[in-house]
Amino acid sequence: MNIRKLLLTAASAAVVAAPLLAAPIVAKAEQFIPLLVYRTGPYAPSGIPLANGFVDYFELINARDGGVNGVKISWEECETSYNNDRGVECYERLKKQGATGASLVNPYSTGITYALIERATADKIPVFSMGYGRADATIGSVFPYVFTAPATYWAGADAIIQYIQAQEKGSLKGKKIALVYHDSAYGKEPIATLQALGKQEGYSLNLFPVAHPGLEQKATWLQIGRQLRPDWVIMWGWGVMNATAIKEAAAVGFPMEKFIGIWWSGSEADVKPAGAAAKGYKSAQFTGTGTGAPIHAQIREQLYAKNMGIGKDTFGEVLYNRGLVNAAIAVEAIRTAQGKFGNKPLTGEQVQWGFENLNMTQEVIDKLGLTGLMSPIKLSCNDHEGGGAVVIQQWDGKNWNYVSDFINPRREMLTKMYEASAMQYAKEKNITPRDCKM
Amino acid sequence: MIYREAGQFKTSYAADQAIFPIRLDRWGMLVTLFVAFFVIPVVANEYWLLSILVPFLVFSLAAIGLNILTGYAGQLSLGTGGFMACGAFAAYKLSTAFPELNILIVFLLSGGVAAAVGVLFGLPSLRIKGFYLAVATLAAQFFLIWMFNKFGWFNNYSPSGVISAPPRALFGDFYVTGASASPVAKYLFLLGFVAVMALIAKNLTRCKIGRSWMAIRDMDIAAEIIGIRPLMAKLSAFAISSFFIGIAGAMWAFIYTGSVEALAFDINRSFQVLFMIIIGGLGSILGSFLGAAFIVLLPILLNNVPGLIGWQIPVDMIAHLEFMIFGALIIFFLIVEPHGLARLWQIAKEKMRLWPFPY
Repeated sequence: MNIRKLLLTAASAAVVAAPLLAAPIVAKAEQFIPLLVYRTGPYAPSGIPLANGFVDYFELINARDGGVNGVKISWEECETSYNNDRGVECYERLKKQGATGASLVNPYSTGITYALIERATADKIPVFSMGYGRADATIGSVFPYVFTAPATYWAGADAIIQYIQAQEKGSLKGKKIALVYHDSAYGKEPIATLQALGKQEGYSLNLFPVAHPGLEQKATWLQIGRQLRPDWVIMWGWGVMNATAIKEAAAVGFPMEKFIGIWWSGSEADVKPAGAAAKGYKSAQFTGTGTGAPIHAQIREQLYAKNMGIGKDTFGEVLYNRGLVNAAIAVEAIRTAQGKFGNKPLTGEQVQWGFENLNMTQEVIDKLGLTGLMSPIKLSCNDHEGGGAVVIQQWDGKNWNYVSDFINPRREMLTKMYEASAMQYAKEKNITPRDCKM
Repeated sequence: MIYREAGQFKTSYAADQAIFPIRLDRWGMLVTLFVAFFVIPVVANEYWLLSILVPFLVFSLAAIGLNILTGYAGQLSLGTGGFMACGAFAAYKLSTAFPELNILIVFLLSGGVAAAVGVLFGLPSLRIKGFYLAVATLAAQFFLIWMFNKFGWFNNYSPSGVISAPPRALFGDFYVTGASASPVAKYLFLLGFVAVMALIAKNLTRCKIGRSWMAIRDMDIAAEIIGIRPLMAKLSAFAISSFFIGIAGAMWAFIYTGSVEALAFDINRSFQVLFMIIIGGLGSILGSFLGAAFIVLLPILLNNVPGLIGWQIPVDMIAHLEFMIFGALIIFFLIVEPHGLARLWQIAKEKMRLWPFPY
């Protein structure tokens, strides 16, 4: 390589790098929402429908209502590939964009949520981790900027146990339950809850960690199917791990009806690769299934008919619907905050107030066209979970169907656990909890 | 051209053995340090400081550590991620068990813990080498991550196994970890640390111990015959390398992400650092920095470019383009110069000294 080439390379590198130093584009008076998505990488089959649901909902709000009370929503996607470092980079890149900065952030990964909790709290941007992330962040006095509505992993664990209890005619005494989980922060979340419930209800809990990415589960399932022979298996899996688990469970002859996954183990991407083996498999869920809700008709009519929207291929999938509901809750939090601060783009701090005063009753849900897609929630200063309910669905080989009513997790016990864990966190971090009595 | 050493006479042994014997290099280094310490904190915004420069510096430190072991001492290792995790978890345990301990001492002690673990896993190097040793260090990688994941004691029985950095000040109100620390404080603290560590590493490689590493690397039997003790040379390389890598891990957890789980230090992290020193240049301190810049910064740059020049293309397309261009660049640089970016820089300097008649 000669010197001229080297200098040319250096010069072109400098040209490429120069725009990075330039000031960000001047923002219009819109409410900006950064979208951390994973449309590539090992978890893309789950990430794509989620991201599509978000975009379609925001487009619908802009097209149908002209924005939230006249304030249009703008958004920008940033690809994380479900990678924590990239998630942090995306957050830092997007947090100051738009007229008022990011109004809230949906990390869409337990790992990224953990990495963002402190940063976002310092930046005064709400972290909306819907059904993932840190369960004890429900305690708003310690985590003012983290929202876990409508249900945490701990609530999900409790709801699953309640469902099993109902199937077992009310008593779990002497029953054996196995937990197959992804050996990461995400997979470990329900353990403490399931253990506490085990003491209370009298079942024994056996833990089966599965190393990432979860393709190797032969030994786990031989042990479950041949040695332990549990009455029920609960799964906290993610990505390729789910379909593998379903296939392995079928291979050892474990009945699918007694195999329940958490909501991240219950989408089309999880059961379809397992084929016929998955028939009868169940999972917990807090958002509805199918394309029957009024909002689906509106999306077809307002977006797809006019060649707008991007989610046609994933329309009505479990995770697409979850994206819709997530976006809807975020928009309602903004709308609530507008009631106090006026109809203009709001800052993250103002949206935080909106979240804490969010009250989505059944009437509101019906008005938004989300009938059947979610249960009512009501948040407050100290309760950032909002009392959402969990439903159990079953895969019939083609569709997910409800097999239970919406189950309300037993929050008296859970709140005690949330509080104990949150106070431990506050002590470690020298945080003085907010006074939520006012 | 201006870069030449004609007229610069060395009149003492000290001048002859300086790290930068050419005046222009010395000035270049001083200007770089001045910019890094005084200009960047003023002009750079939070995004640049926290999500670009901080990970770059942390990875530079880790790359220096691995370069000592693999580049200088010739011991191929795939355990970098495990040693980083050691440093991170040791720093967490120390800082939560002894809250009054100064954070600087916490980092140094956590480096020490990683060094001890490094020596333990370096023992097989006395019997095996090359790819066989790489497989042995792979065991360290998997074992350490499994251990931190398995035993709650390491993360103070956190329900999810995640550790998070408590807020700690270097002195008085100068917080360098936790959310209350300002980005500038974090950056300056890390930069100072990395600068001092890089200087130490540079001098280590120039003195007796570094020469014994290189002798072992180039031909271990010959080195033994001329009186170098392989046991000392190999184990010291493992200890010092792990010390650097351990501190890098602690910095990653405490200054960059703020909270990590053991999986953040999985095998991919080891590969990442190994690629840095291969691209940057084996056996070169400068190469560690260049390699870290290439592996950490280039993907972020590639990812940002379409948005900045106003291209409206979907994010998944950008991500795929990023992989393709990044992969192509790795192949390009390794074909152009298999000895890494540091060697390219060295060639450029040699050409400039011969200018205008390079051959």
